[in-house]
Amino acid sequence: MATPRICVLRAPGTNCDLETAFAFERAGGQAARVHLFRLLETPDLLAKFQILCVPGGFSYGDDVGAGVVFGRQLRGHLGDAVGEFLQADKLALGICNGFQVLLKAGILPGTKKDSGSRDAGSPATGKTSSPEPQVTLTWNDNGRYTARWVELAVSSPHSVFLRGIERIELPIAHAEGRVAVRDAGLIDQWRESGQLALQYASPCNTNTASGAACGSRFPANPNGSVADLAGLSDATGRVLGLMPHPERFIDATQHPQWTRRRMSGDGDGLRLFRNAVDYFA
Amino acid sequence: MHCVWGLPLVDPSHPATPATWFRFRDGLKGNKGSSMLWEIEIHPVEGQTDREGTRATGEAVAFGTATITTVRAARSYLVEGELDEEEVTGEAVGLLADGVVERCAVHRLPAHAHGMQPVGVGESTSHPSPLDPHLLNVLFKPGVTDNVGATATQALKDVGLKVDRVATCRKYWINAEATEEDIARLCGKVLANDSIERVIRGPLPLTSIAVGSDYEFSLRTTAICDASDAALQELSKVGQLYLSLVEMQTIQRYFRDLGREPTDIELETVAQTWSEHCSHKTLAGRIHYRDERGERHFENMLKETIFAATQTIRARLGDDDWCVSVFKDNAGIVRFDDKQDVCIKVETHNHPSALEPYGGANTGLGGVIRDPLGTGMGARPVCNTDVFCFAPPDTPHDGLPPGVLHPKNVMQGVVAGVRDYGNRMGIPTVNGAVYFDERYLGNPLVYCGNVAMIPRGMSEKEVVPGDYIVTVGGRTGRDGIHGATFSSAELTHESDELSGGAVQIGNAITEKMLMDVILEARDRGLYDAITDCGAGGFSSAVGEMGEECGAEVWLDKAPLKYNGLSYTEIWISEAQERMVLAVPPVSWDEFESLCASEGVEATVIGKFTDTRRLVLKYDGTEVGNLEMAFLHDGRPPVIREAVFRSSEPEGPNNQNPAPEGPNDHSPDRQGGFGQRPNASSVNSAGPGAHASRFEEFGNTLKEILGSLNVCSKEWIIRQYDHEVQGGSVVKPLVGVCQDGPSDAAVVRPDLTSNRGLVVSCGMNPRYGDIDPYWMAAAAIDEAVRNCVAVGADPSRIAILDNFCWGNTECPETLGSLVRAALGCQETAVALGTPFVSGKDSLNNEFTYEKAHGLHINQAHGLQPVGLGTETISIPPSLLITALGQVADIRRCVTMDLKEPGNVLFLVGQTEAEFGGSHYHWVTDGSGGTVPRVDLERAPAVFAAVHEAITTGLVRSCHDLSEGGLAVGIAEMAFAGGRGVTVSLEAFGTMDDTVVLFSESCTRFLFEVPASDADRFAKLIEERTGRSAARLGVVTDTDRMRVTNLDGRVLVDETIGGLKECWQRPLDWA
Repeated sequence: MATPRICVLRAPGTNCDLETAFAFERAGGQAARVHLFRLLETPDLLAKFQILCVPGGFSYGDDVGAGVVFGRQLRGHLGDAVGEFLQADKLALGICNGFQVLLKAGILPGTKKDSGSRDAGSPATGKTSSPEPQVTLTWNDNGRYTARWVELAVSSPHSVFLRGIERIELPIAHAEGRVAVRDAGLIDQWRESGQLALQYASPCNTNTASGAACGSRFPANPNGSVADLAGLSDATGRVLGLMPHPERFIDATQHPQWTRRRMSGDGDGLRLFRNAVDYFA
Repeated sequence: MHCVWGLPLVDPSHPATPATWFRFRDGLKGNKGSSMLWEIEIHPVEGQTDREGTRATGEAVAFGTATITTVRAARSYLVEGELDEEEVTGEAVGLLADGVVERCAVHRLPAHAHGMQPVGVGESTSHPSPLDPHLLNVLFKPGVTDNVGATATQALKDVGLKVDRVATCRKYWINAEATEEDIARLCGKVLANDSIERVIRGPLPLTSIAVGSDYEFSLRTTAICDASDAALQELSKVGQLYLSLVEMQTIQRYFRDLGREPTDIELETVAQTWSEHCSHKTLAGRIHYRDERGERHFENMLKETIFAATQTIRARLGDDDWCVSVFKDNAGIVRFDDKQDVCIKVETHNHPSALEPYGGANTGLGGVIRDPLGTGMGARPVCNTDVFCFAPPDTPHDGLPPGVLHPKNVMQGVVAGVRDYGNRMGIPTVNGAVYFDERYLGNPLVYCGNVAMIPRGMSEKEVVPGDYIVTVGGRTGRDGIHGATFSSAELTHESDELSGGAVQIGNAITEKMLMDVILEARDRGLYDAITDCGAGGFSSAVGEMGEECGAEVWLDKAPLKYNGLSYTEIWISEAQERMVLAVPPVSWDEFESLCASEGVEATVIGKFTDTRRLVLKYDGTEVGNLEMAFLHDGRPPVIREAVFRSSEPEGPNNQNPAPEGPNDHSPDRQGGFGQRPNASSVNSAGPGAHASRFEEFGNTLKEILGSLNVCSKEWIIRQYDHEVQGGSVVKPLVGVCQDGPSDAAVVRPDLTSNRGLVVSCGMNPRYGDIDPYWMAAAAIDEAVRNCVAVGADPSRIAILDNFCWGNTECPETLGSLVRAALGCQETAVALGTPFVSGKDSLNNEFTYEKAHGLHINQAHGLQPVGLGTETISIPPSLLITALGQVADIRRCVTMDLKEPGNVLFLVGQTEAEFGGSHYHWVTDGSGGTVPRVDLERAPAVFAAVHEAITTGLVRSCHDLSEGGLAVGIAEMAFAGGRGVTVSLEAFGTMDDTVVLFSESCTRFLFEVPASDADRFAKLIEERTGRSAARLGVVTDTDRMRVTNLDGRVLVDETIGGLKECWQRPLDWA
């Protein structure tokens, strides 16, 4: 299959769907912006796609917590369709609000190698009977929405999306991006299973004294995430959630220092989308 | 909140029936038998910060409430419905709380009736009690939009719970030692905003959170035909119509001729249509103006100044005219490329923001986004711009006039309001500015702007008689109705009084959903015309759309947030997130199902006719019937006096402290009124007095860098998403650490093209205190300068005016405005920058009872004592917004210094112009002339700068503005993390203070590679007739070093130290 089809799934309040679809197209994929209501009407639609992407935004206003309501839809009404999708050899990507959605749907971090058979609740009623969540994305340490560029280190070669990438600069723009865990032991488990995908890192090429910062402190770690976590993979490497926005760096001129570094051509963020599309080549 | 869960259930066969998915109406008839009210209290778990509690404690300290030492906070949901304990502690808690970082307590309400112990989950050992007398509950007043509550209602229904409604509440536990006085002050100043919220002490006594009541129709008329003048004036005042006696008499005559009395809705409709906000009757009216050069009579002041400038420029451009639609629709439209045009609009939302900063700014931005969306056939927003004016945030708390919110709280609320609307809509906020002045204390200014793209050929619209009048988006409530009174009902009772009259809360998600379906419907050609529903509500929107043909409105069809609204309230409600469209009946089914498919409510509320009358009906009964011609052309002209008296020193004895050069651009063109006023050129106590204080130049520079208008606004900027949509090219913060102040933002609206938009602004209220004419010229020059500095083509810059002024019934105040408008006209024509849109906000002043002190009143806490009133009028505040274009974004430049060895140039003429300068501000100086734009030379400078940038000679470019050359150099240096070594030799014997700190217009700093330096210098000299001043070089040191002609060191500072001064003032946690 040469050209994978990507479902860029938008709900009320999603607002990064256009540029995310554009990034997939630029990478050679065939992207469709699909409204959640269409999928709720016809869950089988999902099976026609190879990549599911939940883009950034404020789904349902983030009114009762970032990604909570959209996440509930995915594991409730759409639990079966999403479960089947993930059991196939397909990819799922959650960016920013999409990461929050995947996490609150329980799709991330996932528990088993075959990431399809997680607790999807009972779709018939939409009621859930999942165990207490072990990890969440919650308010940034500084207590407010923050937009800035960060330096990221790829910590595991495991994720399909991050293949061949060691470090990458991307922008973050979120209020609830701090990864918090119930039990710190989870971090070691994730490290072992290759799920620690992306971590905030200190900038390596600033040339002023004030630019040097430790990776675990603000602003290098912009939200206070445990273990500097910026992105989390499932155990198969086929599902990735990340707070930074790769779709905002597909062209050099999107970089905050492109005039300084005389950058031109593609932006590094495009590599994630290329990796996803190339998986089906 | 009008999000849909699951499948929308709109029945297309009943177009006028409110969609049934929004179930507010179900629960309005009172409690069902087993309905209960539950409270879910949510606290941070051990180890997680109680941020709201910490904030409140900190604010309490700032407000001097000494006995309040600790405030603990929690949030809670009040959930009403047929729910048992298991459902609440299970499903509801699981959805509403985050089990990893939060813990819950659940109890039934009313709290005192259901025992002491909370039921359900959570560690309750250290739990504060819901019965604690020092517990304060903050709830929205009934009827105020509660977005989170509405979302929670739908989400709980979606998981199968029988929930009627949910409200949100914030809870605070105050330390037991706190005194009643301090608690009362805390409630009023820190915990709650009285215009939208109420505070309930101790256990919550509520039994239900239902709102609304039944409405019984009765037609109301107002007897005016036989009323005396005094009675008419009284009616205008009491009825909050805000019409003059002449206007009331005109209405009286109209109805006498008809032989009947007006209905209440007819009077309201006329008042809305004739209001200052909707008709701009002052500035578009007759004005008799006088200044030092004589008198002038305007039939329509705006038309003869601002619009006239645009007409002159368009005529000059001839076939190359790139204006598409100006001064006639909701936003101005200019050409972008061969596929798209671009719209821009900037609005103000000052008074709502003074009352409730968050909601005011939130709906201010939401409102201006609907302007381009309602322009032509609808435009797609691509970026926002926001400019604010506040009193200094370090204003002492105890000196505040009664009723005034502290400026720091105003600023925090306004920034949060803009942030939450722009970010949620997914529209990047890319440009802005903040100005501080004590006179904004009771009257802050909030300017919100939006830029949007529209396909070529979609700039015109025409209503066709027979089209349905369709309202789309949000529902109608009492929001924004002028006469609505705030609820003062007993707090312990269920209240059916609704509040929120003056203050509205926005819902960005509703507007985002609305925008998505409208743009899709536009592309499918499903409607003939569209406009936004803003000030004046349906009255204004339908009145405007039907002006040429006529309209009949069925008010009972409008979907409501809650029951109980009268037909008049429905008609004039300013509820947010609504648009009005003219949909041909043949397209209605497709239009409605498109809306339904994305959960957006669309309702037919009438039809356009060919009667040239506005007919209003409620349940079939005619409640209003007016001629469109009377509404739109019947208003008697307003005539006002305006006078300007110069505050600049005059007379022949003034000396120019600058030792060199004639002020060759202080023109004194004889004759022609409306030309530049003569310059009374100089001041007698000029900056020369400071010239010997070499050692102080560095300190002065640091003081200016640390002054509020110059200092870093990073705290604000980083809260805005400035990159969503992926079009960001030049960001508001640039440089090696991405914290330098960019001159303008560049955005690529079409990711497949390299053509870009540039957005910038200019504003100088301090100059306006001296001469509004030159303030206007300087503001335009600054906006254009900022645009050109990043690469915009100066022959393609559109500008907008926003006048915020004091009380224009005062001839001096109106005089200063007219003088500014004259400055706008001539400057725009000279620079070839047409005005394409604008807006004014008049009567920005704040009157209060002067207090000699405060005394404690047993019933109401602290009360001011003493008599006499004081009025604070804002300074003349003209915001100029510039919308530029770049042919190829890859040619853009930023202001941060790049490489050591590059050469630094100054382009543009420096004069001794210290009037209103920041040099005066930090040295407590005064006098001097304000900067004057050299209108003959400025166009050549802009063109030369553009040519240098597009030919690739320039590594960085920065405009000079507040603080002058020294500030410009410092900003470029610390943004780039580079040092500079500068010599002022090129200025000869000019006073060092003038060179370093004068704020002369049309000046730029450039960093040019050494190999291109000669080419650059030659280009500038050839194009402008003047040489660029070669200042020095970029170094790889950490110092900014400036020496004068004599080789004396004027400034020698570390760039880190300068940056620290610049970042510290507003670097809030």
